[in-house]
Amino acid sequence: MYLNQFLMLAAVLFAMGVYGVLARKNGVLVLMSIELMLNAVNINLVAFGAFNNNVAGQTFALFVIAIAAAEVGVGLAIILLIFRNRASVDIDEIDAMRG
Amino acid sequence: MLRNAWLIPLIPAVSFVLILAFGRRLPAKGAEIGIGAIGISFLLSLVAVVQWVGRSEPREAVERHLTWWKLGGVDIGAGIHVDGLTVMMLAVVTFISLLVQVYSTGYMDGDRRYTYFFAALSLFTASMLLLVVADNTLQLMVGWELVGMCSFMLIGHWWEEEANSSAAIKAFLTTRTGDVGLMLGVITLFFAAGQNFNIANLNRLALTGGISHGLLLTGGALLFLGVMGKSAQFPLHVWLPDAMAGPTPVSALIHAATMVVAGVYLVARVYGVFWAGFSIGDGGINLIALIGGITVIIAAALAFVQDDIKKVLAYSTISQLGYMVMALGVGAWTAGVFHLFTHAFFKALLFLGSGSLIHAVHSNNMSEMGGMRKRMPTTFWTFMVGSLALAGIPPLAGFWSKDEIINGASHGYSLFMVVGLVGAFMTAAYMTRAVYLVFFGEYRGHAHHHESPKSMAVPLQVLGVLSVVGGLVGTGLAGSKWRFSNWVRFDIPGASEIVKEHAFNFPVATLSVALGLIGIGIVVGYYLRNMFPRGAAEKSGLVRTGYKVLVNKYYLDNLYIDGVVRSIQYPIARAAYWVNQHVLDGAVNGVGIGARKTAQVVYDVVDQKVIDGAVNGAGFTAEEGGIVLRQTQTGRVQTYAAFLFGASALIAVGLVFFT
Repeated sequence: MYLNQFLMLAAVLFAMGVYGVLARKNGVLVLMSIELMLNAVNINLVAFGAFNNNVAGQTFALFVIAIAAAEVGVGLAIILLIFRNRASVDIDEIDAMRG
Repeated sequence: MLRNAWLIPLIPAVSFVLILAFGRRLPAKGAEIGIGAIGISFLLSLVAVVQWVGRSEPREAVERHLTWWKLGGVDIGAGIHVDGLTVMMLAVVTFISLLVQVYSTGYMDGDRRYTYFFAALSLFTASMLLLVVADNTLQLMVGWELVGMCSFMLIGHWWEEEANSSAAIKAFLTTRTGDVGLMLGVITLFFAAGQNFNIANLNRLALTGGISHGLLLTGGALLFLGVMGKSAQFPLHVWLPDAMAGPTPVSALIHAATMVVAGVYLVARVYGVFWAGFSIGDGGINLIALIGGITVIIAAALAFVQDDIKKVLAYSTISQLGYMVMALGVGAWTAGVFHLFTHAFFKALLFLGSGSLIHAVHSNNMSEMGGMRKRMPTTFWTFMVGSLALAGIPPLAGFWSKDEIINGASHGYSLFMVVGLVGAFMTAAYMTRAVYLVFFGEYRGHAHHHESPKSMAVPLQVLGVLSVVGGLVGTGLAGSKWRFSNWVRFDIPGASEIVKEHAFNFPVATLSVALGLIGIGIVVGYYLRNMFPRGAAEKSGLVRTGYKVLVNKYYLDNLYIDGVVRSIQYPIARAAYWVNQHVLDGAVNGVGIGARKTAQVVYDVVDQKVIDGAVNGAGFTAEEGGIVLRQTQTGRVQTYAAFLFGASALIAVGLVFFT
């Protein structure tokens, strides 16, 4: 089994996620990019788990999925509230915490 | 029961869920589940105590561990470590909790979040019990944080008033400041002990020289930072008086059984680390004893100028916690733990008593009480017992433990013996002041009042009895087997030096009692007989300055807000913006200037202002110093994310190239 291909795939996915988080203006897309990053990590975990012949990697990936579900729930709720208050999900406009 | 001690925290945890799920539909709105569950836990704890005492010597701690997962030899899971300290704590926590819950049915009657209140109390107790039985530092930390969260929920129970919710936030943030240290300490000791979280193993290694002294000192100091936050030791004690914003039963629980004693418990639990790290056996001065000693005195002094009766008690708790920490710092392990034990009874009693008063007169202020002796006889008598126990009058509970601490300090730590004696004098005096203002003289309030209902009076009476007889456990009156120092001690191989006992020292005891009586006498003379000149504050500038310093709580709150919070808030805010503007040309420069300016601010604030006793200008200085640093705070998530990713990329590159 070749570990490299999986790691490359994960790296590319992760980089796409980072780009999305940094460059996208739409809040929903930013959230989705975060999901991309999490799943890139999951691929790594599962790949290493398979490579080393143990289930710890898959267990971790399951944890990550569970946490990610909760995180998206919270994130979408926040974005929904922002949309209700401002009729926009452009995250550049949300700078109420500016010092 | 010793092997199944995990049931004791589990039962209140289950009751928390049940109350949340079904509480509202039950006839007593969930209180019956809470009381029932904690009652069962209390009985089980008593069984555990009896079984532990009944074991034949030498008693070995019962250890059980459930592994959640293992990774590369690191074991993460939950477990129980049951020994004398554990069973004692289990019994005290469940007992106080039970009484507080019974009391709350009266005190909180008709509250709009009655069910929720009982659920939170159950979770609070469960978290504390989880912390107490922990066999590894990780589980201990989980319990510790849960306790902090529950205290936040309960202090801010009446969050509609802003003062209450900000008190809750203050408590949370102040303890959190210490918790950073706790977390770092746990990590340090985890690696020091060969990637192992187990507490017994940690103690053994520390005492047998398996860990280097430097690591123990670092780890111990970091852990102690957490203790300072949680157990309200100087200078992180500022949250505890404000925490009085919570309902009085919560205050009783926080002060007597959960939350603040968690810190003392932590020191007692991983005592090996502190003993070896701070060289406690050598005498002289060490950080733990010093912080404890300072806390004893400054908190006792603050108790003199309070009008709010709960704040008097809050400062008294801080001072008594100082005693416990000081005892542990001077090597009097048993004395410190014993004081925790007796203090739980009389402090819970005093708080519940004050709750009874507040319930009756609808005010916390002693200036609106007075003459309550005749109107509330049960409260009066129980409160008197509690005050005398706190003042250390024999043969009440406080006498035995406080005397043991002072006696323990007299062996190699004479400075702290003096601190203990002065503290005993001050304790007696401020309690007499409070008792006089509340119960004697003329009634100064307006509310129509009455003796409290039975559900509140009975817990008071039970605690009153225990405050009288509780200390006798320390004397071996009930057989040497039941003597406190026999069944609660620090039993780790190599710890024989720590458990050494000092014989009852008659001159020291007499001296401390005499000082206590003098303290009472002076205050009684001042109020009742008019013996000392009045209006000293108006006549003498020195007294006035002292009074002002005390009323302003040594300006510590001002220092924290103006000096620390502002000086960090503005510079960082400004720095952020500035970096944004000049990222390309001047990042390095900016950091340099920023650091210098911040240092300037710290110098100005800490050095200049504190000495001058006026910290008000600090905000101004901070603002000036921070002009450069303001602007990283753009408010845009993506800027922050860019910094985050940039930094992690740098770290990653560093890791790749340098390892």
